[in-house]
Amino acid sequence: MDLHFGDSKPTDEERAAVDALLGPPDSSWEGADRDEMRAADLRWARGGRAARDRRDQLLPGLHAINDRIGWISEGALDYLCRRLTVPPAQAYGVATFYAMFSVKPRPATVLHVCTDLACAAAGASELCAGIESRLGLGSGVSVERGPCLGLCERAPAALAIRAGDPVRTAVSAPATVEQAVLAASAPDSAPEEPAAAMAVPQAGDPALTLLRRVGVVDPSSLDDYRAHGGYTALRRAFELGPAGVIREVTDSGLVGRGGAAFPTGRKWQATASQPDHPHYLVCNADESEPGTFKDRVLMEGDPYALVEAMTIAGYATGAHQGYLYLRGEYPRAIRRMRHALDQARARGLLGDDVLGQGYAFDIEIRRGAGAYICGEETALFNSIEGHRGEPRSKPPFPVEKGLFGKPTVENNVETLVNVLPVLMMGAPAYAAIGTERSTGPKLFCVSGTVERPGIYELPFGATLGELLELAGVRAGLRAVLLGGAAGGFVRPDELDIPLTFEGTREAGTTLGSGVVMAFDDTVPLPRLLLRIAEFFRDESCGQCVPCRVGTVRQEEALHRIADRAGAAAADDIALLREVGRAMRDASICGLGQTAWNAVESAIDRLGAYE
Amino acid sequence: MTVTPLGIPRRLLEFTIDGEEARVPEGSTILDACRAAGKDIPTLCQGDTLTPKNACRVCVVEVEGSRTLVPACSRTAEPGMEVRTDTERARHSRKIVLELLASSVDLSTTPRVAEWIKEYEAEPDRFGPDAARLNEEPKIDNDLYVRDYDKCILCYKCVDACGDQWQNTFAISVTGRGFDARIAVEHDAPLTDSACVYCGNCIEVCPTGALSFKSEFDMRAAGTWDESAQTETTTVCAYCGVGCNLTLHVQDNEIVKVTSPHDNPVTHGNLCIKGRFGYQHVQNRG
Repeated sequence: MDLHFGDSKPTDEERAAVDALLGPPDSSWEGADRDEMRAADLRWARGGRAARDRRDQLLPGLHAINDRIGWISEGALDYLCRRLTVPPAQAYGVATFYAMFSVKPRPATVLHVCTDLACAAAGASELCAGIESRLGLGSGVSVERGPCLGLCERAPAALAIRAGDPVRTAVSAPATVEQAVLAASAPDSAPEEPAAAMAVPQAGDPALTLLRRVGVVDPSSLDDYRAHGGYTALRRAFELGPAGVIREVTDSGLVGRGGAAFPTGRKWQATASQPDHPHYLVCNADESEPGTFKDRVLMEGDPYALVEAMTIAGYATGAHQGYLYLRGEYPRAIRRMRHALDQARARGLLGDDVLGQGYAFDIEIRRGAGAYICGEETALFNSIEGHRGEPRSKPPFPVEKGLFGKPTVENNVETLVNVLPVLMMGAPAYAAIGTERSTGPKLFCVSGTVERPGIYELPFGATLGELLELAGVRAGLRAVLLGGAAGGFVRPDELDIPLTFEGTREAGTTLGSGVVMAFDDTVPLPRLLLRIAEFFRDESCGQCVPCRVGTVRQEEALHRIADRAGAAAADDIALLREVGRAMRDASICGLGQTAWNAVESAIDRLGAYE
Repeated sequence: MTVTPLGIPRRLLEFTIDGEEARVPEGSTILDACRAAGKDIPTLCQGDTLTPKNACRVCVVEVEGSRTLVPACSRTAEPGMEVRTDTERARHSRKIVLELLASSVDLSTTPRVAEWIKEYEAEPDRFGPDAARLNEEPKIDNDLYVRDYDKCILCYKCVDACGDQWQNTFAISVTGRGFDARIAVEHDAPLTDSACVYCGNCIEVCPTGALSFKSEFDMRAAGTWDESAQTETTTVCAYCGVGCNLTLHVQDNEIVKVTSPHDNPVTHGNLCIKGRFGYQHVQNRG
């Protein structure tokens, strides 16, 4: 490659931000000062393949600059490109892909205000207007209305990020104008977030399986985790051996909790048996589905459980390197997981010789930067590799060619955490929980107009009504959104739907990622549907035509019929259906294929425009 | 005529297209097989010299057992596969894709698209007069190329041709995302400030005319561009010893653009700046 770099130079601070991540440059070939050119520089070029192999440091590099400066200048981007031998055009394409990065100057402090479903129902638009009028121009804070921050149980929510060394963050939820402004203007003195257990109304209930330690264990203490049964599942895994672990997971009937419900044991077996090496394990913690916050609560409340579960998954599938792709909007989860990994490493629970068993495994955290699409498994691989987070076409499937083109197993946080009880109680006992085809316990993210929003754990098979009963459904229930923005609405007279994969499928809807959002009759349905359409239009990666343009045409049609019903809306509803059908049939990935689900269900099941 | 190497013999595999038996060499795509069987599948982002990107989705077909439609350009044929190319479902998606594209960008210089719009009864106007369009002015910042993104369907061909598939210059990338995604060089700069080496290989693969020779752009603007009056002569480039084939497009005894045969085993349609643009001396009659 003969790369061309522009003339723009990084500032000292930008250079320092990159060097803090990558170390100082070795030669002028990769950005060291020309004045300091050493004799060796004249004789041979660093770079080439060795440098290009660090392409996956591009996303961390962009974060490093954005964290320190607040935005990414031409000089900073070019310097990062020199260091990594990445063409500037490609790096620019990556930097502009993510919502949390800016390639234009902006204030050091950005206040992200969530305007998604739960927050919208809790008055996010008034909150935004209030914040903007309080801050006014020249406040040094950029207010950005954005998608779900995963704080739905405490809606409305705001997240302040102030660039610097170190970067400071503050969460305000439930947010008032005063608190959000305080978080943005003085992130260091903003009040501490409530404990993760506050999101678990059942916390402390001895009948819990997945959530049993949340609120009970000290999330910063490895000893406390072990005192509460931590690392017994990993010991059991070493007794069973990789094939034994896969057998247990297969026999348990565990299926993926991310929405696709693929059998976990089968995925692990398919990866483990690939002759190509190395194998990789990826934990998808990029939960960006509006209404979903269970992975955040698990990582904040019981971080070591995920470390242990990833270690088991890596052991079973023959991986020695795991990646935890964690959404960038979760600063506390990132801090907790980083701490947990450091502690586990220091105590020999990660590293060259896990638990003295001769198995080498380590986990690296990769921080997302604001892109819902990166929750799609192949888009996530591209993101880690330093490319735009666009999904790849399948086949080939990740078990064969995944991260870095190697066999990869990818599971989300909840799926992995389920492996601990599978090994501790044994496959038959685990499979006895729930129903025949949906086994085990399930987490549900309940939000919207309920008394006690939060994460609930129930065995598969409980009904929607039972779950809403627990959460304290209010009078005047109008609709329930199952499975998040990519899921579907059901009516208040359908609360006997069993919460299982097969039960929801029979009822013509989906369990998705376990989102249950209740909306009473004070919530304007057409505005909600518009927000869903806007979300998908905003989050489409833009790669394929049905999704890139289809989401726009659908949003336009919904705007046209926002105040219409019956015959006046019929033409546009027909248009929505035609475009929606092509999006479902012809989009490359699940985002485009499901983007029309919720609106369609609102029209068909709720009679949204009748 | 150029000589095309035969390549290594490949095993044939059998499957069905629209109920008829088809036999194609292993590794063929569904599109290859369909074309061999005489089926006309529309394609826009597919390029004969590039790895299929399957971004436009206009070539989708039905494959038995597949939940969604399948892009014919990139899916390789498998033994026993049952492919249906002309079902209502596939036709519906193609129609919508054509409508979505034609309603958002200018397809007036895209070969064959008018024919497909008619065939699939696409009505790009039905999204209403307020349907979002690109509506961008052509970028004219140098004497060789014009970038008219109002015509760009984001097929990624120029990105791939400039990148690791051919040129390895990596001057072009997709930036932004969703409907706001655009083809651009680094920092959205003028071409003259970018890594571009003016090989013109992106123009060679552009399926819509979003990238064009300045000569063609100017003649179209002046109303003098007339393909029916042009002759094409393939010759050998005289600049160096590689022997690349040039196809000179001549109108009124003037070279108006230079392309290269895609089936040429040396160039595969690619040229360098001299072969592509260095023809003024031929017609400098001062």
